[in-house]
Amino acid sequence: MNITEKILTKASGKNKVHPGEIVDANVDMVMIHDLTGPLAVEAFKKIGIKNVWDNKKVIVILDHQVPAESVKAAELHKIMRNFAKGQQLRLYDVGKGGICHQVMPEKGHVLPGTVIVGADSHTCTYGAFGAFATGIGSTEAAAVFATGKIWLKVPEAIKVNVEGNFHKYVTPKDLVLSIIGKLGAGGAIYKSAEFTGPAIRAMSMAGRMTLCNMTVEMGAKNGIVEPDEITRKFLEGRTTEALVPFESLKSDADASYEKVIDIDVTDLEPQIAYPSSVDNVKPASKIGNVQVEQAFIGSCTNGRIEDLRLAAQILKGKMVKDGVRTLVIPASQEVYMQALREGLIENFTDAGALVCGSTCGPCLGGHIGLLASGETCVSTSNRNFIGRMGSTEASVYLASPATVAASAITGRITDPRELEVSKA
Amino acid sequence: MKVSGNAIKFGANVDTDVILPGKYLVLIDPKELAKHAMEGLDPAFPEKAKKGVIVVGGKNFGCGSSREQAPLALKYSGVQCVLAGSFARIFFRNAINIGLPVIECKGISAAVDNGDDLTVDFEAGTIQNLSKRQSLQVAKLPPFILEILSDGGLIENLRRRLNKE
Repeated sequence: MNITEKILTKASGKNKVHPGEIVDANVDMVMIHDLTGPLAVEAFKKIGIKNVWDNKKVIVILDHQVPAESVKAAELHKIMRNFAKGQQLRLYDVGKGGICHQVMPEKGHVLPGTVIVGADSHTCTYGAFGAFATGIGSTEAAAVFATGKIWLKVPEAIKVNVEGNFHKYVTPKDLVLSIIGKLGAGGAIYKSAEFTGPAIRAMSMAGRMTLCNMTVEMGAKNGIVEPDEITRKFLEGRTTEALVPFESLKSDADASYEKVIDIDVTDLEPQIAYPSSVDNVKPASKIGNVQVEQAFIGSCTNGRIEDLRLAAQILKGKMVKDGVRTLVIPASQEVYMQALREGLIENFTDAGALVCGSTCGPCLGGHIGLLASGETCVSTSNRNFIGRMGSTEASVYLASPATVAASAITGRITDPRELEVSKA
Repeated sequence: MKVSGNAIKFGANVDTDVILPGKYLVLIDPKELAKHAMEGLDPAFPEKAKKGVIVVGGKNFGCGSSREQAPLALKYSGVQCVLAGSFARIFFRNAINIGLPVIECKGISAAVDNGDDLTVDFEAGTIQNLSKRQSLQVAKLPPFILEILSDGGLIENLRRRLNKE
């Protein structure tokens, strides 16, 4: 069996599972946030059960419209706070957490071998830790609150074997964009995407999270990476739970895959997803002259300390071009503090970028940095759909933190390797 | 369980941001959400859907975010059923869970024109195109999903099952 099948086998109390089989799995952790949570709370009340099945396994995170930008958002937050208080749930409120997909692992709620569901499509991020994690809706979250279980169809798996070394300005974001470009927006629909190979073993947790985060953009049910020493090191000090032996979370040599893709990243170029589809991917070097009015570095895809370091390295000592509003949003309070200690916040501020408090913010067009008609944004986030970041007549290009930082300096979408040439 | 209505067609990869833009996620009342259904592609959609329609899409319908507000907006605008070549999995589950029937049907886009008069029979697994006098056979939904739909959604289904125990 592969790692996903092994986790679902254990979670459903079976000896073996097969792709296509529907299993009833025990859930180890469920997460809701301020935009999906209120509907889940309403639905849970209708079920007529007083308490959630296990209050240690339900996490509430306020991250999308924080701090409340409107009275309507404030009312939603109130619903969430009251629910968390009434059910005695762990709540990460404004100032105490950040973006849910960063906070969950940081606070030790994501453990290898577990089944995690979240009322957010990017819940698949946690697969980076060798967990089975997938997004669900609000009503389904309410059903999990009541029962602690969920039905799941065991997915077929695509194995992505990655070799080689990244160029210093080419990142896991470029890798995942190029994979989505090849497979298409529905190319992994209902499937599992398993990342393996020497380049994955050498990759930081941040990079693995970026890869798994974006698997939903090709329709995947989950993305997953076998846990290893890098995983263990990240988890150290973040959880007091005993970890399952990682040997039990390796795909067998004879595990079956629907497809195997081999990629060498050595010659991989920075990639751009053009509007208005995440699979509309071309190399940054071919983009020509695309002027931008906004550059955004942040989100659950690319708001981690490693991303900020890379962007700061490019922006340090430079100025963002007049006419390019540059927003930097650390993925969590922990990332914010680390960036502060390393002087990155100063680098960004000196360069004329605005550093905001941790939130999903402009990524989903909720608040902070929305776009007007006719405007263009180059963004490290995950979606470039029509109207995603504001006006339906605005354009969003997706790229890595290095590409967005380089573009903020030049005012047009720029291959970050260009800056190296100009330095020499 | 059967539904009938005229088809409103959309293309492939219809995402949840065009079905219900993020700025409306602060709305809770499904009737308010319905006023913005499909706003990203056709702001006149809620008016057209009022009489009870069947949405027909290409592959990967409902891709993107997990927002249940997307199928809710469709349901309350008057959509009785969504037929598509394939669905993004979260949208598919969300729709079933709120009691909006969805059926995967390869080749549906080619078989239906805008405005065609359709009747969908969920138990039989058939889609009748009365305008074209054609009938399509589709894979039947599993019995437990049909049960959720006939109960009106997952919450009603769960209440019934929990009361039985």
